[in-house]
Amino acid sequence: MTAAGASRRKSIVLVVDDFADNREMYSEYLAFSGYEVIEAKNGIEAVEAAHERLPDIIIMDLSLPVMDGWEATRQLKADERTRRIPIVALTGHALAGHSKGAKEAGCDSFLAKPCLPDQLVAEIRRMLEGGKSAPGKAKGAR
Amino acid sequence: MRARDGRLAGGAHRRPQSRLRADLAMENPEHPLVFALAGREAVMIGKEGRRNGADPWRGDFVAIPLPLSEKREARQGLLLVSPARCEPEAKWAAELLGQKIARLRATAAILESEHRLQRERELLLNIINASPDPILLTEPEGRMIISNARADALFSTKEGESEGRHRAVALNNMLFSAALSQQAIESGATRRELLLVSPSEGSDLLFELLSSVVQHPREGTCVVSILRNVTDLRAATEQIEENYRRLKVAEADVRAERDRLDLIIDSVADPILVTDPSGKILLMNSPAERLFTAPESDETAEAERAVRSNDAHFSSFVSNLFLTGKGLRWRGEISLIDPSTLQALPVEAVAGKVLSEHGEVTAVVTILHDRTEALEKARLYEQVKAASEQLEEKVREATGELVRRNELLQRQHFELEQASQLKSQFLANMSHEFRTPLNAILGYTSMLLQGVSGDMSPPQKNKMLRVDSNARHLLSIINDILDISRIEAGKMPLHLEEVEMAALVGELLAEVEPLIQKARLQVLTDLQPGLQPAWSDRQKVKQIVLNLLTNAIKFTPLGHVKVIVRGDEERREVRIAVEDTGIGIAPQDHDRVFEDFRQADNSVTREYGGAGLGLAICRRLAKMLDGRIELVSNVGAGSTFTLMIPRRGKR
Repeated sequence: MTAAGASRRKSIVLVVDDFADNREMYSEYLAFSGYEVIEAKNGIEAVEAAHERLPDIIIMDLSLPVMDGWEATRQLKADERTRRIPIVALTGHALAGHSKGAKEAGCDSFLAKPCLPDQLVAEIRRMLEGGKSAPGKAKGAR
Repeated sequence: MRARDGRLAGGAHRRPQSRLRADLAMENPEHPLVFALAGREAVMIGKEGRRNGADPWRGDFVAIPLPLSEKREARQGLLLVSPARCEPEAKWAAELLGQKIARLRATAAILESEHRLQRERELLLNIINASPDPILLTEPEGRMIISNARADALFSTKEGESEGRHRAVALNNMLFSAALSQQAIESGATRRELLLVSPSEGSDLLFELLSSVVQHPREGTCVVSILRNVTDLRAATEQIEENYRRLKVAEADVRAERDRLDLIIDSVADPILVTDPSGKILLMNSPAERLFTAPESDETAEAERAVRSNDAHFSSFVSNLFLTGKGLRWRGEISLIDPSTLQALPVEAVAGKVLSEHGEVTAVVTILHDRTEALEKARLYEQVKAASEQLEEKVREATGELVRRNELLQRQHFELEQASQLKSQFLANMSHEFRTPLNAILGYTSMLLQGVSGDMSPPQKNKMLRVDSNARHLLSIINDILDISRIEAGKMPLHLEEVEMAALVGELLAEVEPLIQKARLQVLTDLQPGLQPAWSDRQKVKQIVLNLLTNAIKFTPLGHVKVIVRGDEERREVRIAVEDTGIGIAPQDHDRVFEDFRQADNSVTREYGGAGLGLAICRRLAKMLDGRIELVSNVGAGSTFTLMIPRRGKR
């Protein structure tokens, strides 16, 4: 527990990534930045975790084993309980099709890897504070 | 002559037929009557018919000269008186009587001659009236003296005749006078034509005027004119002339036709022969002559044999025409020999009967056609056909080979395309695979530098900054490779929109502001005012110019960098030039800088960083925009890279 929780409840961020180093790197930085972080390694875990903890925001890698990020997003967005949770898609695939597919699946925002942890935090802040409306362009450390 | 008129006045008879006649030989001057006639005195003539001496009155009768004319010499008669009653008064009476008789005789003679003249005149008139031609005797001026009935019909009118006839006659007279006066000028008896009007019918009549001038003792100079109606003659003459002319023309036509026919027949290269039904040759053209007449050369014997052989073959062929019955034509082949070369000459012969109106065969026309060429052609055709078949076979083989190769090429093309696809896919995947670990590297480095795990010593931080810098460099290389593979895979779509150059340049300068700050360069802009926006892909234009600008800043240690934007109205282009005062590029390296993974000098890569893919990408992007990039530079003289894009974008 850090000082941030004294004033109000910590925002819960669900980080979904099959690559442990990235997942843990983001988790550690998000925790460092004052968020409560839960993790998932694939789409199924992500959907389960979302139902269980109802996070404030989900960071979703799209290329996932067992169930990919698009499918997981579709299921979450189709469910009344989870549909309002903003989902930020995060992928190393920079091809044009990926961001479009992510939007169609229901993602609210899109970030291209590599994405520095502070960039991710900035995006999460933006999404939680303000608009539901996603920024037009993919952001990343280019 | 006295003797003819000499008559014996036995009484004062007026009837000539009753007068006494006595033949006197006037040559005999001894005859008493001749003597008496010759003298002026009375003469006594004896009974025996002899003059009696001096006293005329003593004879048997006395012959007293009887002057029948005033003139002494002329018309002397004799009054024979018996001497018994002879008295001297008898001589006086004889004188008176003689004169009376002379006067009576003269009157009688005049009457008689008038009578005769009248008859002759009537006869003459009948004669001239009988003439079918108008005959006229006129004064030289044309006034009629005598005319026959035909002439009257033309030249005279009577009271009460039609006005038309009057006019016609007047006209005729005028014409005739004119003709005569013409005649007078020409003089002599001449023929000339005279056109008159028929007073009864009003039609033109053509006459031939034959006139001659005669001198008449009483009337003086007169003209006898005979008019001959030649109207019909003239028409007939003209008809004859016309017929003759037509005949001439027809004859010329026939001759020309004949000549033409000869020419045609001779011009036909094939021999043509016309024979009578018995096979005798009537006509042949020159090619036929070569075959059926012996040439005048040394080898006449051989040639003659050939001609005879040809004749025999030809005759037997023509006889077939009659042997085979009713057909008008007969076709066959004959083996002839060319008399000039003695070569065998196979010919195709076509014979046709020429029939008269009654269906009798009058001639046979035969055309021979040399088959040597045809046979040769057939042989050549076979050869060509064989060659063509061979060629066809070869073409078929070649086509098969081509098809095989084409299939191979298609397969290869397909494989290449697949390989290209695989390459693009591989690059995309690889880029993803690179990014995932790079994401961790950059992330953790960033965290360490931010002091998430506590503060680092300055040397540690320094080293960690280098890790970060190299990781970022690696990322830029990966991004460039990804861009190229996307362009080449056609997976970089164009988004055309209006591009406002001033705004774009402003954004670019803002983006490179940190670099400018770091390099301490002067960055200038020169924008053409009022420039129309271009229709292009804003993102790609920006990417290109950004690349040019970062390069310029990177390679310019001192001086300035200038962005110049101009419109080219003539080429309908927008030119964005990035000019620097940097190290410059040698002319021989101008092309190389646009190649993949190239910088002008490989050492530069290490000194200045970058993968050397920037300009290669710029060139590809410019091409996508239908534009191009030009470079003006030299070592130490700075560089100017100019992007030119069409103002209207893709058409």
